[in-house]
Amino acid sequence: MIELVNVKKVFNAGNPSEFSALNSVNLLIEENQVTVLKGPSGSGKTTLLSIVGCMSRPSAGRVKLQGREITSLPERFLTDIRRKTFGFIFQQPNLIKGISVLDNVMLPAYPLGEKRVHLKNKAMKGLAALNIANKAASKVEWLSGGEAQRASIVRALINDPYIIIADEPTAHLDTKLSYRFMEIIETFKAEGKTVIITSHDPLVYDSSMVDRVVNLRDGQIEV
Amino acid sequence: MRHWIEKQRYIIDFTLSSLLRRKVKNVGLLALYTLIVFILASTMFFTYSIKKEASLILKDSPEIVVQKIVAGRHDLFPVSYIDTIKKIRGVASVESRLWGYYYDSLVGANYTLLTPPRNGSFTDTGKSTAKTTVIDNESTDSSKPLFELNGAVLEPGTLIIGNGIARLRAIGTGDYMPFLAFDGNVLNFKITGVLSSQSELVSSDLMLITGEDFRKLFGIDNSYVTDVTVIVNNPEEIAMVASKIKKRLPQARPIIRDEILRTYDSVFNWRGGMMIVIFSAAVLAFVIFAWDKASGLSAGERREIGILKAVGWETSDVIQMKFWEGAIISLTAFFTGVILAYIHVFFTGSIVFEPALKGWSNLYPNFKLTPFINLEQLTTLFFLTVVPYTVATIVPIWRAATIDPDSAMRFTGE
Amino acid sequence: MRNSSLFFLYITSGIVLLSLLLVHASVSESARQVNLEEKAALVKILKLTDLCLFTEARYTRHLSQADLNTAFQDHPLSLEHFPSGSFTQPPERINLRP
Repeated sequence: MIELVNVKKVFNAGNPSEFSALNSVNLLIEENQVTVLKGPSGSGKTTLLSIVGCMSRPSAGRVKLQGREITSLPERFLTDIRRKTFGFIFQQPNLIKGISVLDNVMLPAYPLGEKRVHLKNKAMKGLAALNIANKAASKVEWLSGGEAQRASIVRALINDPYIIIADEPTAHLDTKLSYRFMEIIETFKAEGKTVIITSHDPLVYDSSMVDRVVNLRDGQIEV
Repeated sequence: MRHWIEKQRYIIDFTLSSLLRRKVKNVGLLALYTLIVFILASTMFFTYSIKKEASLILKDSPEIVVQKIVAGRHDLFPVSYIDTIKKIRGVASVESRLWGYYYDSLVGANYTLLTPPRNGSFTDTGKSTAKTTVIDNESTDSSKPLFELNGAVLEPGTLIIGNGIARLRAIGTGDYMPFLAFDGNVLNFKITGVLSSQSELVSSDLMLITGEDFRKLFGIDNSYVTDVTVIVNNPEEIAMVASKIKKRLPQARPIIRDEILRTYDSVFNWRGGMMIVIFSAAVLAFVIFAWDKASGLSAGERREIGILKAVGWETSDVIQMKFWEGAIISLTAFFTGVILAYIHVFFTGSIVFEPALKGWSNLYPNFKLTPFINLEQLTTLFFLTVVPYTVATIVPIWRAATIDPDSAMRFTGE
Repeated sequence: MRNSSLFFLYITSGIVLLSLLLVHASVSESARQVNLEEKAALVKILKLTDLCLFTEARYTRHLSQADLNTAFQDHPLSLEHFPSGSFTQPPERINLRP
């Protein structure tokens, strides 16, 4: 499904502050599985995630998505693929303040120019699935932590992506909410989606629904 | 195409929500912007209309007016000069004019007193749409009245006054008005007629008086008049005749019709006085708005763009959003400002400008201007209003919008 | 109603209103023809030379009859002090005449 071949990522190349976030990473991520990237801070988890999710390019090596090479695609095509393929869940909900939950959730779909009626329906369905439909018209500042996290999940799903990427999703959630989050991941798996999570939370990587755990240390995969 | 339109609508939705979030600041900005446009547009409408009207109304002003100048001052014109002028080849006729100013200390206003040059009858349009009838005769038949307004005759002891005077002193037909003559005597005149309010732009401060009364009031001897007007045989020779007059009568100063018309072309000229102040202030304001927008984004705005990039917006999408942000404000300001300006100048008689235009005069005409619009000026105003601001809004975005999603993701993971 | 719809509505009504006003302008021009002719007739019969705009002083009232030095009134140092002087300038001919 997603294949990384000899991927390296170097930041600040040529400067004294140059450092290598990833060194020769070879990775194959399977379809319809929950894969967790585990490792201490500074191990390159976020960098790896970002390359897998087409958010940045490797300094060297190749990235293939469903057999198709995407390493050197122009930005526009890359963005297009990213928009349709991936849904991102960040550490913080990162919702835009001052506008409603509904507007926030529909935001990623705006550039695609879909008819508003359809989009709104999709959004409401998504909100209902996570039990926050009643908050659709509220401003995001009024949501609790858990509700905000769920809103950002609905946002990630608005374009029907088949790969979900989450970066330390439980970092700011309590135990109860973390379990709830993993339940939601389980439904994704049941729907046939692929999930990739970075985490150093045992609650996540020790969970029974995780199919594979990849250990990262100092920019390399530990075997 | 349909997608593109829908996409723009979404972007405008989002931009408007964005703007409404900082309501106070943006409403204030919009109000100020609209005000600038309003003042500029009002000035444009007002000055163009007056100039256009002047060119239309004054097209039958005297071909040549000859004054006498003594030591740089306008002096009385000797009647004996008239023959000298009549002898010049090309001159058809010469007529004397009696006119002057009277200062009314009661209301602190200057009136222009004028003796109608020849027999004439004038019917104003009043409330009806009847055509103006003007009968004037070449002859100075003393059996015919000097001047007639709507049937009221101007005879010795009477005045026909302009509507501005009637308004200022709250007097009308049938009332009496005292004047202080040159010798200290008080002369009482009866008002027999009031010129129409429609003609205020030329007649607001006029007082029509008979020749004898004029001389009695100001103590001017029969051998003098104020100045003369000259009618030329061939209109193409006006300038030539004028220079001949100057040669024959060194103290004379001729003014030709063309010069009269050009005076009003340059009144309210953008290049001078108050106008340049208004114009510069407006341009400066536009520059300040644009500069403020172009000089960078706040941290909050940067964060927002990061989030947009992270959830899948492209650089071009972000730029379109910023374009609309600039366009929404400037378009709204333009239309609101121009519409209000039109209403202001043509329906309320430029009420906001009144203090400035009135200056120190106490007698001030009612400006019911005919709407003449210069589309060129309007288009220029549109481009001045909308383009710089919209462009300036996009400029600082360039750097922020090209932030790649990876950095955006990390950055926003605060 | 959607924000963008409101905006489009506003701009559209702005365009419509402005067009109506421009139409009003051209219609008024013909309607005011009578009024303009009345003023022109008065100018002709009374031999007027100026619009009655500023009645503060002689040279502001009769702009076309004024000269460069008229503004100095009774004293060479009598600089321009009437507000209307900031709107008007001496007629062009001052600079043209030799």
